Amino acid sequence: MTDRLHDQEYILDRDHLQDLLDTLRNSGRRVIGPVLRDGAIVYDDLASVKNLPIGRTDIQERGLYRVMHREDQALFGYNVGPHSWKKFLSPPRTRLWQGDRSSGMVQISNEPPETQKMAFIGVRSCELHAIAIQDRVFIQSEFTSPPYQARREQTFIVAVNCGQAGGTCFCMSMKTGPQATRGFDLALTEVIENGRHYFVVEVGTEAGMTVFEQLPHTVAGEAQKSAAESAVAAATAQMHRQMDTSDIKDLLYRNYRNPRWDDVASRCLACANCTMVCPTCFCSTVEDTTNLKGDHAERWQRWDSCFTMDLSYIHGGSVRASTRSRYRQWMTHKLATWIDQFGTSGCVGCGRCISWCPVGIDITEEVRAIRKSEESFLPPTEGHHGDT
Amino acid sequence: MAQNKKPKLAVWKFASCDGCQLSLLDCEDELLEVAGAVEIANFMEASGAVVKGPYDLSLVEGSITTPHDAERIHQIRRASRFLVTIGACATAGGIQALRNFSDVKKFTSIVYATPAYIETLSKSTPISEHIPVDFELRGCPISKQQLLEVVSAFLNHRKPNTPAHSVCIECKLRGNVCVMVANGTPCLGPVTHAGCGALCPTYDRGCYGCFGPMESPNTKSLSEGWSRLGAKEGDLVRAFRSFNAYADPFRKESEAHEK
Repeated sequence: MTDRLHDQEYILDRDHLQDLLDTLRNSGRRVIGPVLRDGAIVYDDLASVKNLPIGRTDIQERGLYRVMHREDQALFGYNVGPHSWKKFLSPPRTRLWQGDRSSGMVQISNEPPETQKMAFIGVRSCELHAIAIQDRVFIQSEFTSPPYQARREQTFIVAVNCGQAGGTCFCMSMKTGPQATRGFDLALTEVIENGRHYFVVEVGTEAGMTVFEQLPHTVAGEAQKSAAESAVAAATAQMHRQMDTSDIKDLLYRNYRNPRWDDVASRCLACANCTMVCPTCFCSTVEDTTNLKGDHAERWQRWDSCFTMDLSYIHGGSVRASTRSRYRQWMTHKLATWIDQFGTSGCVGCGRCISWCPVGIDITEEVRAIRKSEESFLPPTEGHHGDT
Repeated sequence: MAQNKKPKLAVWKFASCDGCQLSLLDCEDELLEVAGAVEIANFMEASGAVVKGPYDLSLVEGSITTPHDAERIHQIRRASRFLVTIGACATAGGIQALRNFSDVKKFTSIVYATPAYIETLSKSTPISEHIPVDFELRGCPISKQQLLEVVSAFLNHRKPNTPAHSVCIECKLRGNVCVMVANGTPCLGPVTHAGCGALCPTYDRGCYGCFGPMESPNTKSLSEGWSRLGAKEGDLVRAFRSFNAYADPFRKESEAHEK
């Protein structure tokens, strides 16, 4: 069931996509979208449609990502890359406050509230789900992050439905795609057929309608709607990677002592790449800095990871000293304890942790291995304690 | 801290190229601030004027390679309240620890006209093998920002922010695209201690491991990853055997790939 303003769908011609970018920019928004840089499709400031990865796609496998040429001139004919939108909603480094000391008095200055409005272009369905998950963590939980909330509320989202599945995608298993169903202002499906190149547009919000009304458009006919449906169906049909999520919470709780954790720990680099590229991983640390004179101090928040020793450092040591305990913590949190904590899985099936692991560890394979091991391995019934 | 008396800073040199202590002079903009916050009591690279010890903060550069230095480091320890080793030589033995994998007499006989004059130890060792060290700052060379951070943390009685996690995190904080995944470039970043700000991957090169092993390096798995990218055994020996060759995890990994 698509969460949109009304049932009407529209056509925006490819040549009018620039009008969408211009309209968003003219309303004071920083327009951000996919651009080709350093051999990957990353998210950055998007000045023009010309800067989109036109005619490019990517191949992705475990620990492998390459940008390739397509046969057509598709603008969004790729799958998600190394960046996710958390880069903008929850930036890698943020100053929280600064303090100055003079004549024995300390003056604290808080950071000014975020006022830069943003527009995201090309957000995929799995990414909409990831943003919704981070909303739950940063806005809808017991404690809110005012800077996140401010950025989030000022963000306009142009979703794009996937017309192909990436080599590491498994959104079907996580029920997060490939069709964008909620959390967008506008949702586009790119269609290239019979010499025509256009987008079928769904409007999700009043803000989306206000912007879209200013663009040259027509109402979509049945043939065009069905072409859009076929595009998304192609992605569905292409997706080969799967994760069986039935009973997954209990599966992982039951397998706290499974020897598979030792196996994955022998491969895992504890480098934290998976958590950095994950669109839902939200861990951060704070760093306090001072100047040499000691009259100026700053507190910064920066991305951290459950794969670092510091994250679980308390009173003289790390709680999770072994890589086994850290990998298990990450995967069990992502797929199981997350459900208890936030009411959903922490995984959206985007496949980034698989593609961007330098040694190609595949979370779907790890789940499969644990599931399979239960056939021969009888886990002990004792609870979760003391084992690092 | 009493403001009337500035803490005394000393800089000491052992077997090294001087590059790390030069990063203190390289501070330029911050150098006056440093001089304002501490009394530079012994820093031969900067000034011949020497103030007698004891010293509140000693920065020690270089590794121990001679019997004389093995004695001298104990005197410095006794004269120092807080002692920080700086750079790959002081923390891991440096590039000169390549001798540790061979016979140093073979080198002296080739390099020096009269090898009999050379009195040297068979191994180049980190300072921490000889005396207790309060803090180790990694890098070849060290990062001047991290050096300022350590001095500032010392002066303000706080823990320095010099995380021991991988270089990968620094890449990701910068928004870099992984050179290993997107380009097939072998990179030591996943097993290397952060601190350089991911300098080489930012310029499309693999990490050379200048900051030594990270907190929990899985060198074996990374070597297997390198092999899948086409690296040969000899490549792995050379990769792990550079500025931090004698750091335990790197030493063991290079030895594992030696015939």
